[in-house]
Amino acid sequence: MDTFLLKNINTPGSADISVYKKSGGYKSLKKALKMKPEDIIDEVKRAGLRGRGGAGFPTGMKWDFASRDKNFPKYLLCNADEGEPGTFKDRPILEKDPHLLIEGMAISAHALQAEQGYIYLRAEYPAAKKILEDAIDQAYEDGILGEGIMGSKTNFDLAVHRGAGAYICGEETALIESIEGKRGQPRLKPPFPVNVGAWGKPTIVNNVETLSNLPLIIEIGADAYSKIGNPDCPGPKLYSVSGFVNKPGVYELPMGTSLKDIIYDHCGGIKNGGNLKAVIPGGISTPILPPDKIDCQMDFVSLPKCGSMLGSGAVMVFDESVCLVKVAARAMYFFEHESCGKCTPCREGTGWLRNILERIENGLGRRGDVELILEVASNISGKTFCPLGDGAAGMVLSFIKHFSDEFDEHIENKKCSVN
Amino acid sequence: MSRKVRKEGYPSTRSELLGALHTKQYDEGWLSQDGLKAVSDDLNVPAAAVKGVATFYHMYHNEPMGRNVIQICTNVACMIMGAESLVDLLKKEYGLEPGGTTDDKRFTLVIMECIGACGTAPAMLVNDDFHENLDEKNIIEILNGYK
Repeated sequence: MDTFLLKNINTPGSADISVYKKSGGYKSLKKALKMKPEDIIDEVKRAGLRGRGGAGFPTGMKWDFASRDKNFPKYLLCNADEGEPGTFKDRPILEKDPHLLIEGMAISAHALQAEQGYIYLRAEYPAAKKILEDAIDQAYEDGILGEGIMGSKTNFDLAVHRGAGAYICGEETALIESIEGKRGQPRLKPPFPVNVGAWGKPTIVNNVETLSNLPLIIEIGADAYSKIGNPDCPGPKLYSVSGFVNKPGVYELPMGTSLKDIIYDHCGGIKNGGNLKAVIPGGISTPILPPDKIDCQMDFVSLPKCGSMLGSGAVMVFDESVCLVKVAARAMYFFEHESCGKCTPCREGTGWLRNILERIENGLGRRGDVELILEVASNISGKTFCPLGDGAAGMVLSFIKHFSDEFDEHIENKKCSVN
Repeated sequence: MSRKVRKEGYPSTRSELLGALHTKQYDEGWLSQDGLKAVSDDLNVPAAAVKGVATFYHMYHNEPMGRNVIQICTNVACMIMGAESLVDLLKKEYGLEPGGTTDDKRFTLVIMECIGACGTAPAMLVNDDFHENLDEKNIIEILNGYK
């Protein structure tokens, strides 16, 4: 298929506004500014766009909730805190095509009547900060940001807010706390950010990739857009593929491309002719899958039927040289490290799970440890404010579900059977 | 008429805290008690709140750093591509332990969670520079460029 989200990234000088305009950039914004806000929201609803950050919430519905709230001002926040391990899909847009994001945000701001936007950028992407700020400056110079954008009556100001290294700030209420200058600890919902968000005002938080779909939706219209990929959750999708494949990287493919096609056709198969052992389809928080599930389509509707989730579309491929107990232990260390500490089950549970997983990996596992993991994990799931704890529990439960033999072998043989 | 100057600014000065801490750290290399106090005074944010934020986020340094901060990712994608052996190598080559600083203050080593370079793993940031597709040979060559 033709690429849209990544079509500019290999053009020399792609981050420059003149290069972006040469390839048709900002035409969709011009078109959108002539549309009524409610018509744009309707178009996004009919397009079937779902949030690309991980949760897959229908974007048009979120926007509709926000637009019904008559409290002003409203804020549009772009979630560029891409921190889910395995995920690097937004980085090409942030570093190579910042104007695509700015155009998407300006269209969204017009639809939502939000006059101030912020890009919440993770501190781990220092290069992107300067690139985005330079692009924003160019957009101001060109009248694309500021008062009366492109000669319309719509105003939109945009700035970059730099995070400081906290995975939890990818969760929208933690992101809002962080932009308010606080520790990034999630809020209890409701109220939802669309009603009570940043500085107590209606706030729309959308992912980089989600917002970058807006120019395409406006350009080709909802009918054409909804025919891309799986009609149940259409559109182009960025998949970031890592691990043991011949050609890892970010791939723009129609939503619903099968895992098998991604791994074997697009990424050239398993590295060094090895055998596939397991694959995590949507970042470390999504359940791992065994090889017999790779016919599954990579989208929000199909993956749950196969026992996982699309998450951020971060495909992590493991061959037979990888010890999955070790992977689970390292992943749990991550969750322990990144737990914000607000909810006891997550704060304490992730630490205990990491402890048990490490002792199994190190040959010190005891009989009953697997059952203990199941028990601790079940005391995290559904008992926390935000999904971090659920992700941690779901991750380890899926490893045990599909690869319990490997855990048992470690415990029986008192050593790692792979390394 | 469009505004020609980018509007920075937030509806509340408290929102400037993360940026102010970044600036302080950039200027002084780390966030000392005096540095936190200065930020607290500048923004009129309680010292306890400033400390709370400075210790919550992993990329604020609450102790003195070496001249160059090696931030190496050992999360899953980098781990399976050999990041652990690179950490071992840094120990052998420079006597660096995770969290430690060399005696000559040339390097501090920080273990990072995912830095978004999983397709080009293993990867690290040295100060603000990305280095990807690392191996035991090129990592030393790269680090030779940081004095």
